[in-house]
Amino acid sequence: MRRRSALPGLGLALGVTWLWLGLIVLVPLAALVLRPWELGLAGVWASVTEPRVVAALGLSFGAALGAALVDLPLGLLIAWVVVRYRFPGRRVLDAAIDLPFALPTAVAGLALTALYAPNGWLGAPLAAMGVTVAFTPLGVAVALAFVGLPFVVRMVEPVLRDLGPEAEEAAAVLGATRWQAWRRVVLPALGPALVSGVALAFARAVGEYGSVIFIAGNRPMESEIAPLLIVARLEQYDYAGAAALGLAMLLLSFAFLLVFGVMQRRLRRGVM
Amino acid sequence: MIEVRGLHLRYGGVAALDGVDLALRAGEFVALLGASGSGKTTLLRSLAGLEFPDAGQVLIEGRDMAAVPARERGVGFVFQNYALFRHMTVFENIAFGLRIRPRGQRPGRTEIARRVEELLALVRLPGMGERHPDQLSGGQRQRVALARALAIEPRVLLLDEPFGALDAKVRKELRHWLRGLHDRLGLTSLFVTHDQDEALELADRVAVMRDGRVVQFDTPEALLAAPADAGVAGFLGDAVPVDCVVREGRAWFEGLPPVEVAGVKGGKAVAFLRPVDLLAEAGAGEARVAAARQDGRGVRLTVEVAGMLLEATPTPGWAPRRGEACRVTVLAARVFPA
Repeated sequence: MRRRSALPGLGLALGVTWLWLGLIVLVPLAALVLRPWELGLAGVWASVTEPRVVAALGLSFGAALGAALVDLPLGLLIAWVVVRYRFPGRRVLDAAIDLPFALPTAVAGLALTALYAPNGWLGAPLAAMGVTVAFTPLGVAVALAFVGLPFVVRMVEPVLRDLGPEAEEAAAVLGATRWQAWRRVVLPALGPALVSGVALAFARAVGEYGSVIFIAGNRPMESEIAPLLIVARLEQYDYAGAAALGLAMLLLSFAFLLVFGVMQRRLRRGVM
Repeated sequence: MIEVRGLHLRYGGVAALDGVDLALRAGEFVALLGASGSGKTTLLRSLAGLEFPDAGQVLIEGRDMAAVPARERGVGFVFQNYALFRHMTVFENIAFGLRIRPRGQRPGRTEIARRVEELLALVRLPGMGERHPDQLSGGQRQRVALARALAIEPRVLLLDEPFGALDAKVRKELRHWLRGLHDRLGLTSLFVTHDQDEALELADRVAVMRDGRVVQFDTPEALLAAPADAGVAGFLGDAVPVDCVVREGRAWFEGLPPVEVAGVKGGKAVAFLRPVDLLAEAGAGEARVAAARQDGRGVRLTVEVAGMLLEATPTPGWAPRRGEACRVTVLAARVFPA
C-alpha cells in the first residue's frame, strides 16, 4: 500500500525527471556508447591508443586538472574577498566573476590569444622572461583556468558566508593564530564545497573547446586537445573513430568525477 | 581585575562606545544591561580583543591590552550563537584551545582527553563527546560553548547574551547553574543581556548601558532603590511612568494619594511606579479592579485609576474580582523632574 505524504507528487515528478534526463542526457550518451563498436573491440582500442590520441588525452585531462587546481586557491581568495570585505566596487567584482560563463568561448579564446601571444600585452613581457604561453600546453591550462574559475568561487561563496566570521573569532579567542584558524576551522568547513568547485571546474575544462583552440596552437603531440581531435575525425567522416575517442573521454571523466565524489564524501563525513 | 577607561569606538560616524568607564573586582559576576544598540556587545568584544577601540584603555589584571591580540588575552568568550565548530565533534570543540597550543605548552594526548572529560562532566554532558553540535539541543550547545571557553582555564569569562536563544524554562535552569559555576571556579565574569530579570537576579552588580555609555553601575538593590535617571528607572522593575506634581516634599497624583519624596525640586515631575509600590485593598475608593489573574507567584492585579491602567499588589487575603471598587496607596515612588 502507498504511504500518504504531505509532499505529494513523487510519482509524477520522478517520471518527468527520468523522461527529461533520458531525452537530454542518457539517450545521447547511449548513442555515444553504442556507436564505436562497428570498428570491433580491437579497432576501438587501436583508435584510442594511437600516440597522437594518447598525447591529446593526456593534455586535455592533465591541463584540466592543473587548471582546476589553480582555480582552487584563486577561487577561494576571490570568494573570501567578496564575502568578508566591504569595499567600493564589490558588486561589480561579484558580477564580473560570472563573465567567463556568459562570454562566447570563442571570444574568450581570441582575447586570451591576443593577450598571451608573443607580441601581446602579457605575452611580450613573459616572452622576455623566457616563458611562452600561447600555442603551448601552458596556454591550454590558462584558458581552462579562465573558464573554470567561476565554479570554484560560486561553490565556496555560500558556504563561507554561512560559516560567518564568528568561527574564526572563536578560534582566535581560544588562542589560535591566523594560520591555525584557517587550517583547523575554515578549510575543513569549506572542504566539501572546494572539492565540488574543483570537480565542476575540471569537468567543464575537460570538455572545453572554443576558448582553447585559439590559444593552443593545436600542434599534434604537443598542444592538441582531445575535443579537437574528435572534430578532426568528424571532418574526415570517421564517425566511429570520433565516437571511440568520445567514449574514452566519457569513461576517463567519469573516473575522475568518481574520485572527486569519494573525496568529497570523506571530507563531508566530518561535517554531517 | 578588569578595568575600562574612557573607551571610545566609532563605526562609520556612529559612536558605538562613547566614553565607557567600568571596573570589575576579582570574583565579581557583572551584567551589562541595555537595549539593543546600546553598545554592550561592542564593549564585551573590545575586552576580548575582537574590536579595536579608537581611544581609551582596557586593563586586565592590571595589564594594558592595547597591543595584546585576542589569542593572547586568555579570556573565555561565549558567543551569542555559540559559534561552535560544526565539522568537529563536541570533544574536538572543547579540546581545540588545548590542541593548538605551541608544542612546549601543549598537554599530552591523555591529559587533553582527561581534561575534556572533566569539562564535559562539569557542564553536565558526560559521554556526549562523540556527538556533533547539530545533534545537540540549544541548551546543550550553550554548555559545550561554555566548556570550550573554560578549557583554556581563563580567569575572566565573557558571555554575549548567553541565554538569548533558549526557551524560558531552560534559560532559568541554566542561569542558576552558571552562577554556581562562576562561584565554584572563582571566575570574574561579565555577561551581556537585554533581560533585566536575568541581570537583576544573577549579577553582583549591573552596569546599565545607553547610547554607548554606562549610565549606572551598581548592585541590583541600589539600582532599584535609586535609579540614576528617568531612563534607568523606566528600564527596570516594570516601572510605569505617571505624571505628578511635586510640592512641599510630596508627589501629588491625579486619582492617587500623595507620597513622600525627598530631594526633588518642586514642579511638574514623572514618578515611576512599580507593581510593588502600589498597595490595593478592598473598599470604596477611586480605583477599580480592571483585571485580576492568579499565577504561580500570587495574584497579578491591574487597577484602573483616573483613566490609567496600573499593576498593583493586593493586600493579603483579598481576592479581587473584576469591576470591584478598591483603594490604592502609593508606598514609594522614584520621581524625576519632567
